[in-house]
Amino acid sequence: MVLSVNISKLVLKNPVMTASGTFGYAEEFSGFIDISKLGAIVCKGISLKPMEGNPPPRIYETPCGMLNSIGLQNIGIDNFLNEKLSKLKKYSTKFIVNILGNTIDEYVELAKRLEDSGVDGIELNVSCPNVKKGGLLFGSDKKILSRLIQSVRRVVKNAILITKLPPDIFHIKDLAKIAEDYGSDAVTLVNTVPAMAIDIWTRRPQLSNIIGGLSGPAIKPIAVKIVWDVSKVVKIPIIGVGGILNYKDAVEYLLAGATAIQVGTANFLNPGVTIEVIEGIKTYMRENRVKDVKDLIGAVQCKVDK
Amino acid sequence: MSKLFDAEVVVNKKISEKSNILILKPLEEVPLPKPGQFYMLGVNDLCEPLLKRPFSFFKYNKRGIHILFSVRGKGTKIMREFNTGMRVRVIGPLGNGYKMPSENDKPLFIAGGTGIASIYSLVSSINKKVCLIYGASCMEELLLINDIKKLCVNAFICTDDGSVGLRGTVVEVLKRRMMSDIRFKDFNVMYACGPKPMLKALAEIAYKYNIKGYISLEERMACGFGSCLGCAVETKDGYKMVCKDGPVFPIEQILWR
Repeated sequence: MVLSVNISKLVLKNPVMTASGTFGYAEEFSGFIDISKLGAIVCKGISLKPMEGNPPPRIYETPCGMLNSIGLQNIGIDNFLNEKLSKLKKYSTKFIVNILGNTIDEYVELAKRLEDSGVDGIELNVSCPNVKKGGLLFGSDKKILSRLIQSVRRVVKNAILITKLPPDIFHIKDLAKIAEDYGSDAVTLVNTVPAMAIDIWTRRPQLSNIIGGLSGPAIKPIAVKIVWDVSKVVKIPIIGVGGILNYKDAVEYLLAGATAIQVGTANFLNPGVTIEVIEGIKTYMRENRVKDVKDLIGAVQCKVDK
Repeated sequence: MSKLFDAEVVVNKKISEKSNILILKPLEEVPLPKPGQFYMLGVNDLCEPLLKRPFSFFKYNKRGIHILFSVRGKGTKIMREFNTGMRVRVIGPLGNGYKMPSENDKPLFIAGGTGIASIYSLVSSINKKVCLIYGASCMEELLLINDIKKLCVNAFICTDDGSVGLRGTVVEVLKRRMMSDIRFKDFNVMYACGPKPMLKALAEIAYKYNIKGYISLEERMACGFGSCLGCAVETKDGYKMVCKDGPVFPIEQILWR
């Protein structure tokens, strides 16, 4: 049985990755699972300077999902390189670092330092709904996005470059096409959905940041459709993410056209979920006589496509 | 060290209008909890509600993990219907737990509402009888009251409606005693768990009388083990995570806004 997939030149032992911001710097999970069994780890988003994040309350549970407005709390690139990198290198899996800047220059500097430190991949966060500057701006303006990817691509030679896009249902095909045209090796689809909840008794928002990002099973059907849409317009691999709780959800994304998947919110409810997803995919393949996981990619059969 | 494990519901007993005692027997070997630690409890294996819920344990013995809960929302409503023999998924024990009082300390214990669970775990692990102030909304919601009285030399019981014990909140009782009761001059450290406004008021008292304090905090939590960064609390050293850096914090460290 073949489980490995390629994201450009990067070979993953299986298609199961972790989603940025849900897996810490991996060490939080080392007591629960054998991290080396994962296809790849994507670390918490890193910025040039440490960020303290938003005031509480930062999360709110919604039907089949949760809102978060963590605000990209992170230790900054210096601390990351000094304290976390060597620990991450010990795991025999690929590791990808999610980065976020306020300006194109900041992204370039982050990418260059990570490239020099030998990471396997860099994921551009251009779609965080929770910070005022940067973030979402890059993912919603086509010109800025193309310049950003082009600039970062120049300094990223050995690592693969992934762009994580927002769930912009009206422009997503264009954004993904830009990512491909300007040098991304892959796209991650999708980041959390900008969302809001209000306490009707106090008439105040449930989050101190007012708005947050919706994640969990609530967004899965939207994200699956986006993966399917984009798979028809780009040739680069798609990494599907949004509400994956088990192997069935993972297989659904593969069938929609994803080459690999990321498990996000589910890590919070079940720190062992990634391994269960990998084992589940194996069982599914055995029972359905699928020899190579790549045969599942984009294998949804739609009569309308005939 | 914490673990993800399955546990069996061996007791789920209604003890008041709103509250239950739940005993969960781990189905594998699990680490022993320290007083003040907590568990994340999955209320079902559907995705609604999605997240696990954090609960302090109040007792841990051969029968299992003893949890006290009051019905507040969707999750606890489902928990109230738990049948014995059911299996639930649990992560724990989590958090730092209390720093135990030293030989020379003269500790005062204060609990409000279901905060009694966390305080019970602490008081029952101390070898001598203690002094406790415990308040609830009414007589019926004074939970574990007979058990905890046995562990106390002095138990100041109070209810908001005065249906039993002193009338008023634990904060009012403490304020009065600090001024009128000579025995209260000796206390040099307080341990407290309860609603946020109560803890905030206790912080002011601790500051005024120059008493050390340790308080157990609550915050919305998605994971419980330091990964989601959702349960931030503002401290003098910046944001700390209630799940990992707490839930117990030195009382003077918290910034109350």
